[in-house]
This record gives sequence, structure tokens and C-alpha cells, in this order.
Amino acid sequence: MNYLADVGVLARKDLLLELRARDTLPAMLLFVVSTLVVFHFVLPAESSDLAATGLLWVALLFTALLGLSRSFAAEREQGLIDGLVLAPSDRSAIWLGKALSILAFLALAELIALPAYGLFFKPVDAALVGGVALADLGIAAVGTLLAAMATASRARELLLPLLFLPLAIPIVIGGVGASVTDEPARYLALLGLYDALFAIICWASFEYVVTE
Amino acid sequence: MSTEEKYVAAVYLVVFVVLLAYVFIIALKLQRLERELAELTELALQRKEPERKAVAVG
Amino acid sequence: MWSRNNRLPVLATLALTLMAAAIALIFFYAPLDEDGLNQKIFYFHVPIAFTAYACFGWGGWKALRHLWKGDETADLESYVAIHLGVIFGLLTLVTGSIWARYRWGHWWVWSEDQLVLFLVLFLFYCAYFMLRYSLPPGPQRANLSAVYALFGVALIPVSILAIRLSQRFIHPIAFDEGGPNMAGSQFFTFCVCVLAMFAVAATLYHLELAGKRLDMRLRELREALQ
Repeated sequence: MNYLADVGVLARKDLLLELRARDTLPAMLLFVVSTLVVFHFVLPAESSDLAATGLLWVALLFTALLGLSRSFAAEREQGLIDGLVLAPSDRSAIWLGKALSILAFLALAELIALPAYGLFFKPVDAALVGGVALADLGIAAVGTLLAAMATASRARELLLPLLFLPLAIPIVIGGVGASVTDEPARYLALLGLYDALFAIICWASFEYVVTE
Repeated sequence: MSTEEKYVAAVYLVVFVVLLAYVFIIALKLQRLERELAELTELALQRKEPERKAVAVG
Repeated sequence: MWSRNNRLPVLATLALTLMAAAIALIFFYAPLDEDGLNQKIFYFHVPIAFTAYACFGWGGWKALRHLWKGDETADLESYVAIHLGVIFGLLTLVTGSIWARYRWGHWWVWSEDQLVLFLVLFLFYCAYFMLRYSLPPGPQRANLSAVYALFGVALIPVSILAIRLSQRFIHPIAFDEGGPNMAGSQFFTFCVCVLAMFAVAATLYHLELAGKRLDMRLRELREALQ
């Protein structure tokens, strides 16, 4: 239970920091809504609803990237990563705590984004919400680990999208498939598989990302 | 050659060219390594036998 | 007998022989079928794709050895394997593109799973190099590269599945199977081509590794002398 307590502490820390600083989440919210508005103007007159759904996923993906690029910012600026790593807990707890807080940010952003999408484009159905939820898990898991990697490098803001986007392709395929086709179950299953597989890999390998 | 054959030839040509380019790049690298080795050998020899200075005799 | 010094020339000879045999078989032995010259492209395109997968897999294996066993040379070997994988991947894309032009008249088609998959993998592994170049050499770079290489290995099956599923909503029209249903002689030719490509890749792998190892030793020597 100690492990879960560590994870809880770390996640709470990030959420509290955000509550006080209030920079990442409002930026994500504003970004996603602005993007949806831009997409209204991007789509030509007779575009299908399908195109709009596709663009929703683009908006979600880039909003997530925005949040992720800020996720290790505090640790980096204050040089806290060493402190975290030296703490007597399993290093993967750092990953899990951070991923949970990112998940919370994503969920909050989508709480605004999905109704906005429903308002601007077309109503949101259960398959879409399911797809978004499962996709969030994958994005949080993989994104947190990649953000940690990018933090270590010189070109961090540039590197994170480069590392993340190829890995996000199966997520997008699953999400769009679930939203658009007649058999969402397959795509949700794909998302589930992706989440499970990559969560395990991230959990097991985070140790190597932050230590030498 | 018919257009079909041209495509097939293109495929084989591309593969051949890329592999040769790779070999060429490695050859360039080998050249660089040889130069470096020559430099280092020179350095090592200098260490072993420092240049003879003129010494007054007698 | 099978010492390190012998390995490179032996491999190179093997690669040369197999390649020569492969090309001879392709053009003089394998029969033409209704697909026409399409097959001839396949004899190179598919083995090159297999070789790319093998390189990425080998790179992933070496990455695992680095993380798990702390094998000292594994990081460099992983890097070289992935480097080679990207080159063969690029070749797969180019030959695939030529084949697409031949078959469908376009230089790119989204309806071919293999092409799309390789595009995704190519992007992924190019990002590997971006990662590597943005970090100073050292244990951290080795660790991060290894973890990322392992991600790549996991990505391959998931992407295959995902792309196959995606074709249903991107290309609702049923796509035809371009896969070879091969006669025995064709299959034999194909296998020789696969082996030939593997041999070429193995030769280039050891060649590049030898070069890099030499580079490292010269650097050490330089530091010792200065």
C-alpha cells in the first residue's frame, strides 16, 4: 500500500500546484475551444460530420501535447527530478503519479471540449466518449514517459511532439474508428489493447528513463 | 523497354544505388579514421623520441 | 575459425553470392504469372521490408540487453541496427512507392497496409535519431534510446492491427489482395531473396559497427596521448 500512497502524494502535489498556479489547465481549455472554432472555418461548406469528428481528435491530440509539454516543467525549472529520483520509493510511482495528474487535466479539458464540440458540430454519442476516455489513458501513459525523456534533452519543446505523434497514431485510429464507424467495439478494443500494452511498458521502463 | 520493365528496373536501380551510397559513406569514414590514426601515431612517436635538440658539444 | 577477424569478409562473400543467386533466379528462373512484372518488384520489395523489421527487432533486442544485462556494447549495436533498419525502411518506402505507381498509377496509396505501416515506423525511428542527437553521449542517452527502441518493437504489432482496422473507414471499398500466392519455384526464389537481403544487412551491420568501434578506440587513444 506504500506504493499507492506514494503515487497518491505525487499526483496530489501536481494537482495542487496547478490549482495554485493555474497556468496549464486554462491554457489547455482555451486552446481546445479556439481550435474547434478554427476548425469550423477550416471545413468547407458541405463537409461531412465525419470530417468534423476527425478534426476533434486532432484538437484533442494537440491539446494533450500542450499539457504534456508543461508536465515536467516545474521539476525541470527547479531541478527537482534528482530529488524525486532519490526518494525511497519505486521510480515508477513518479510516472504513475504524473500520468494520473495529466489524466485529470485531460479529463477536465474534455469536459469543456466535448460539449463545445457537440454545440458547434454534431451531438456527442457514447462511443465517442468511450473512445476519448480510453484514448486519454493511452495518451497519459505514453505522453508522461516521453515528456520525461524530452525533458532530459536539449531540444525539449521540439522533441516531445516528434516522439509522441508516431506513437499516437494507433490511438487516433482507435478513437476516430470508434466515433465514426458502425462497429465501435473493435476500435475500443484496439484502444484497450494499446493502453494495457503501453502502460505496462511505461511502468516497467520509467526507472531507466530517470536514472543512469 | 516497355514502361513495365522500366518500373522494375527502377526498383533494382534504387536498391543498388542506396547500398552503394552507404558503402561510399563508410569508405569516407574509413579515410577519416586513417587520417586520425596517422595523427595519433605521430603524437605517440613524438612522445617516445622527443625531438633532438641541438646540444653544445665539447 | 569463426573469429571476429574472419567474420566480415565471410559475411560479405555470403551476401554477394546470395545476391547474385537471387538476381539470377528472379530474372532467369522464376516464372512469370498473370500479374506480370509485378512479381519481379515483389521479389525485392518484400524481402527488404522483412529485413527492415529484422533490423528493428535486433535493435530492440540489443536495447533490452543494454537495459537488462548492462551489456556494454549493446547500446552501440542497437543504434547501428536501428540505423540500418531506417535505411532499409526508406528503401521499402521507395520501392513500395514505385510499385504503387506501377500498379495503381499513383506514387502513394493509402490503401496498402504495408506502405502506411512503414511510413509510421519510419517517422517513429527518425524520431529515435532526433532523440539521440539531442542528448550528450553517456549512460542517459543509452538508456533513453534503449527504452524508445523497445517502444518501437511494441508499436509494430499494434500499428499493424490499427492500420488494418483503419482501412475499413478510410477505404470502405474492398481492397484487393496483392499478396503473392506463389508457385513452388517462385517461393524458392523469394526465400533466396530474403536470405540475400538478410546477408547484405548483416554485412553492412558488422561493417558499420567495426567502423564505429574503431572510431571509439581512436578517441580513447587520443585522450590517452594528450
